Order: sequence, then structure tokens, then C-alpha cells
Amino acid sequence: MTERLPAKDVVIVGLGWTGSIVANELADAGLQVMAIERGPWRDAAMSYAPNYAQDELRYRIRHELFLRPDQTTFTFRNKMSQTALPIRNWGAFMPPNGVGGGGVHWNGETWRFLPSDFVAASHLKQRYGAHFLPADMTIQDWGVTYEELEPHYDQFEYLCGTSGTAGNLKGEIREGGNPFEGPRSREYPNPAQEQPFSHTLFAKAARELGYKPFPQPSGNMSRAYRNPLGVRLGPCTYCGFCEWFGCANYSKSSPQTTVLPVLVRKSNFQARDNCEVTRINLDSSGKHAAGVTFVDSAGKEFEQPAELVILAAYTIFNVQLLMLSGIGQRYDPVANRGVIGRNFTHQTISDVGSFFDSARFVFNPFIASGAIGMCIDEFNGDNFDHGPHGFVGGGYMGQVQTNGRPIESTPVPPGTPSWGAQWKQAVRENYQSALKPGTGVHGSMYSYRDVYLDLDPTYCDRFQRPLVRITMDFHANELKQNVFLTDRFAEIFHAMGARQVVKEYRKAPYDITAYQTTHLCGGAIMGTDPSTSALNRYLQSWDVPNLFVMGASAFPQNAGYNPTGTVAALAYWSVAQIRSQYLKHPGPLVHA
Amino acid sequence: MTTITRRELITGTALALTAEGVAQGEVIQGDLPWKPGVESAPQAVHPGPWRFFTAAEGAAAEALADRIIPPDPQTPGGKQAGCAVFIDRQLAGPYGHREGEYLQGPFVKGSKQQGPQSSQGPEALYRSGLAALDRHCRMSEGGRSFAELSAQQQDGILRGLEAGTLALEGVDGKTFFQQLVKDVQQGFFADPIYGGNRDMCAWKMIGFPGARYDYRDWVGRHNERYPLPPVSIAGRPEWSVKKR
Repeated sequence: MTERLPAKDVVIVGLGWTGSIVANELADAGLQVMAIERGPWRDAAMSYAPNYAQDELRYRIRHELFLRPDQTTFTFRNKMSQTALPIRNWGAFMPPNGVGGGGVHWNGETWRFLPSDFVAASHLKQRYGAHFLPADMTIQDWGVTYEELEPHYDQFEYLCGTSGTAGNLKGEIREGGNPFEGPRSREYPNPAQEQPFSHTLFAKAARELGYKPFPQPSGNMSRAYRNPLGVRLGPCTYCGFCEWFGCANYSKSSPQTTVLPVLVRKSNFQARDNCEVTRINLDSSGKHAAGVTFVDSAGKEFEQPAELVILAAYTIFNVQLLMLSGIGQRYDPVANRGVIGRNFTHQTISDVGSFFDSARFVFNPFIASGAIGMCIDEFNGDNFDHGPHGFVGGGYMGQVQTNGRPIESTPVPPGTPSWGAQWKQAVRENYQSALKPGTGVHGSMYSYRDVYLDLDPTYCDRFQRPLVRITMDFHANELKQNVFLTDRFAEIFHAMGARQVVKEYRKAPYDITAYQTTHLCGGAIMGTDPSTSALNRYLQSWDVPNLFVMGASAFPQNAGYNPTGTVAALAYWSVAQIRSQYLKHPGPLVHA
Repeated sequence: MTTITRRELITGTALALTAEGVAQGEVIQGDLPWKPGVESAPQAVHPGPWRFFTAAEGAAAEALADRIIPPDPQTPGGKQAGCAVFIDRQLAGPYGHREGEYLQGPFVKGSKQQGPQSSQGPEALYRSGLAALDRHCRMSEGGRSFAELSAQQQDGILRGLEAGTLALEGVDGKTFFQQLVKDVQQGFFADPIYGGNRDMCAWKMIGFPGARYDYRDWVGRHNERYPLPPVSIAGRPEWSVKKR
């Protein structure tokens, strides 16, 4: 029997970065806000305390802080002609679970996208001609510009206490920062983090090759910080247990360390943890959301009525809820019609392993933070002329190695046996003098007609709802991009003095077992045309105007950066419009 | 009251559990749901008899661990490092029976890119793999078990499994071999509270300082070897108060 709860002004699905930000803003607007989170409450004291947080087996290998596939998973295939099979244990990406979402266990890389990224389709067609793009590429402009998002990037960086060096301050290019970034209105709230040995060595070699290296913008604090909400973070201690781990030290920006302590104390805010939203309810018109239905961990079903519904779950779960709730037309790749599931993308990551003379180099790889690193941006977006290369897109690259945790970070030169005395000796010899950045080449993935999400015809979750089916493969454009970028990246390691450099290109077919990043994007994209986008430029559903959908599911294609900065900027942008316009005149903010 | 079982604590994978037991949906309002002393610390495995392996399986696992990571003058091998104990305790816990994995059928073999689709997990693989290895050794090596063979003979068998040239009855030998190598090496490098990496021998071998938490004084000291010895989540043996 479903229990109907008292109505709220707003119900938010998911209490990660975007859910926390939007909840806080709407609570400040005086609304009664309820957030519903599938996973447990998480905080350092209870979930990753400093006396045991540094546990590679528990958190990294056994995935303690992540969603479990038996709660729900996805099916996967490369091509439409294949039968999709379930992801039984995570590989290519790691869906979050619990309060704080991915903000708990991310590395803290806090990038902005390039101004040209937001107008990718029109910009590239104008510069290279429409014929330059592959016929089945479906990239689009976002409907929002960098200039419009800039104040909101700034808001998020100051919320987080991001550590970095400005490269473009109000149009003035600054030494030591990223000269390719869009103009920023002020400096980062904190100076860049101090860089360990290998990261500075990379910067030196890159500079000698004519590049302009800069510190990666980091959500790890370079000093103690008090954010505009009055929440304090401590300085990062370079412990080397950041990505996949929670920060026991309150020195990584996360909802827990920036927003939640303030939000939870507001009397008009409530959260429920361990409760999974199973659908968005529509009224009889089919054009108005009445609230959501959710199930608690004991299996009891509730209905939460609300005037405004905010979807703030992870990319695919946003798309899944739209599909299962019958909101928007589902994408059909054959007819090339429909919007829900369209323009699904991931990332094109590759790496370079390099081996240095152990008598001359001691890297202490365990001394690092999650977003440590020196990067170059010469080969990102459209920062270089693609004409001679025959592909579009790109990525940043850098020595961004975050750790020396030994289960995963004991590289040995190619040709070494995978076990036995020789393996053991190679591990001993190379641990301190080998480098492996992990996501060294952080390339974009653009969207294609045959890369999409729909519902699986066979496999179900624990509520007998169909799993989302992923159809994804790499296309020639991204593979070409990756060869070009990986080759440039390897040159820098040669210049650093490595005696052996091993290029690990990203290759097709896309492999669901090989970790890239958790940056899944698209499936419920924003845009200017309801026939090719699910959301308008304010992240408002074209079909159900009292529904807003946060998150990277709104990205029409993925850029060559980590997405969190843009995800959060979009959330601030959207909620600012909700506060200033929507609440006064509930209804469509854009008339198609 | 706590309902976390000892096994879940030992294996450090007690999930979605709090001191109140299995997590229930809770309404949170007014204050952070934070209580002093509520935590989910792992507990060290205890020495003692095998929890998953039979005596014969345990002997084989130790012999295998010692060939995958052979002892040398500076660093113990897989057996002395406790890698078989690590695997035993892992198999007896959530990992062995695939807790958290998606286990709904149909189980259909797909492409490599679609990932493992077996209906069987590590528990079953070890049970059948070790039995098949024992049968193979006894038949082809004059009735002796794997543990009774010379190091050279053992290496030969492992190389055959690795290359797929040595077939085991009823088990994919290559899959079993890959699982063994992965688990032995994980046990070698994981925190010693899980039974392997005894006395932090693997961390000493490579110079990994373990569960230290603050390198601010060393981040700017480039190309200088970090001087302090490793620390486990459980501390260092010499930190314990000596019993008189």
C-alpha cells in the first residue's frame, strides 16, 4: 500500500552535487524542499574516517562507496546488431551511490569548458565546413554560452575553494595559467597546489617543447578555506587516497564539505536516504509532474507530491527515470527521431607509461592529491587547427598521477612476465621510477547517431523495471584524435628523460570492462529545438515544464575536460532562472 | 545494536551498514546525521585454521602463491607473506559469493568487451579449479599433489595454464590462472589487516609508506627518497604495548 506524504514545493531526486546546490538555492527562496537519495548518508566520521580511509582493497578494489550492480546496472553492446548483456561488476565507469554522489569519491578536477565547446556544431562547421564532420556525427550547440555560464562557474569554484592559477583574467592572458581558457571574472579562490617531483618535471619538459603548462584546477585545498556559505575546509595533505575514496580530512570539495552542513540546518529542507525514486508521476494532462513515487529500503512505497520536480541523479539514471515515466519521445536511431536517449557519450582516454633510470629518479608516487598535476591545453577542443589532421575534438593532457597505491600502481616494462621472480624484481626496481598518469590524455567524445540509450528487452532491476541498454562504440574520429594526442603526450615523457615510453592508445571496440572515467554524458540533452533536445537552455523539460533535469545528461556531446565544473555551473544557471523567472510565472521558460 | 557480522568486518566490505544494522531509509532534518563513535572500521583477520579452503586446498594455494611471488633473499614469497590466507578470508566473505554483483539471468556468453558473464563466482572457481589441478597433478606427476612438486615442475604447470596449453578437466585453466595471479598479487599489496603483506613486507620491498596521511613536509622535496617506514591501518607492531 502506497503511503501518500504531505505535499512539498520541490522534490529533488538525488542528493549529490547538483541536488545539494539546487536544494540550497531553493530553500533560500523559501520553498519547502525534499531530497530523496537512493544510497546512505555518507560522511568522514562514519564512512571513511582518517584511521582507516587509506584502504586500497576496500574502497578501490571492492568499490565500497559505489552503487552495487545488484541494486541496478545497465546492459551493454557495441553495435545495434548485437544482443546487449548486463554489466555484472563495474568497469568502464563507476556509478555513485549515496549522499554526496560522485562528489564524495571524485578527484576534484574542476575545469571549465572552452567557449567554443558550447557552440561546437556551428563553430566547427564555420571553420572547417560541414563536410569536415563525419556524416553520422550528431553534435549540437548547447543553447547556452560560456559568457552566460561564467558567473556560475565562478560560484561553484568559490563554493569549492578550487586551487588554481588563472590563465585568462577578464581577457588578459596570465603567465602560469591556461592561456586557452575562457575569460574568468576573478582569480581562483585559492592558489594552485604545490606540485610533486614528476609533475614539475613534466611541466619543465612541456615548456621546453614550446607548450604552456599550468596546474590542473583542483578541488583539493592548497590551504585552509572558508567558503561563502561559511563552511570550512582543511588543507590537503597529499595522502594519495583521493579518487575512489572519501576524504577523511575535509580537504576535498564535496557536498559534505561545502553545502550540506548549511543545507541540513535549514528548517524548510528535508532529506530521505536509502530511498529510491521509481518514477515521476504525471497528472492526467501528461504535461505536468505531480511528484514522484519512491521505495524505501524495507520495500515500502511512498508517493511524494510536489509542485516542482528536479532530477539530479547520475546521467543514466536521469534518462532511465524519464523513459520509465513516459516523459519525452524516446530516441529511435533508425528513424533518427525522438530525444530521450539521444547523443549519449563518454570520453576518449589514453595513457602513457614511462620508465626512468632508478638510480637517478625517485618520484615518491604516493605523494599526490586527486587533482594534482601539470597539464597542457594546446590540443583541446578547437585550440589547434584540425584541418591537416582529419578529425575534430581533442583533450587536455598532463602528468596528473594521483597515487602510488600498490595494488594498481606497480607498473612493469612491457615484456616482463605477469608473475614469478622476474615480475617481482621488476616491481621492486620500477615502483619509485616509473610514471603512469592514469587519465593522461583526457580526450573528448562527440555524439553519433548509433551511440544511444534505450531500455533493455530482457534484463530487469530488483523492482522488475527494465535496465537501461547502452549501445556504444568508438568512431574513427575519436580514434584518430587519440592517436594524435597520445603521440604528442609521449613526446613530453621522452623529453623528461624516460628511457622507455609505452603508448597505450584507446582502441575500438569500446570495452565496458576497461576503466576510462565516470564521465558519462547525454541522453537527455539541452538545446534550442524540441525535436533534437529533451531540455531547453535552462534544463527545463520541453514536455513537462515543472520538471528540470540537472547533470551531464544535458551535455549534447562531451568535451575534453572533466565535467563536474560544467555540471555545477549549469545547475546554478538553471536554478537562478527558476528563482528569478519560473517561480514568479510557472510555465515554459522558452517557447519553442 | 550492531548486526555487522564478524566476517563482514574482517573482510572490510560491510556495505550499507551502520551501527544500527542494515541501513533503513531515514528522514534527515535539522542536523547532520552524525553520531560520535559510529563508524565502520575494518577489523584485522585472525590467524588460525582455513575458513574456506580444505587443508589440501590450502596447501595448494600456498604453493601457488609461492610460485606467483617466489621468496628471495630480501622479501618473503607469497606463502610467507600470507597471500593464501588473504585469498581464504576473501573467499569466505562477500567477495567469494559475489555480493553486490548483478546475478540475474540469462547468463549468455558475449564478446570480450561485454565483460564476464559467468553464473559462477570466485568461490566456485577456486573449488573446481583447485580440484581439477589436483587431479591433473596426481595423474601426470606420479600421484603427487601440486604442493609436493618441485618449483620447476610447478612453474611448468603455471606456464601451461597461462598459455592455455594445459587443459584442466571441467575448468577453464586460463581463467583460473588469471584469477589466481590477480588475487595473490592483491593480497601481497593490500593492507596487512587482510591477511597478506605480512609485516608490510611488500610495502617495504617497494618503498610504499602505507596508511600515512600527511606528506605536506615532503611534497616539495623532489627526488629525495621518503624516509619513514610503512604504517598499516592497524599501526606498526612496535607501537603495541609490550606485554610483561
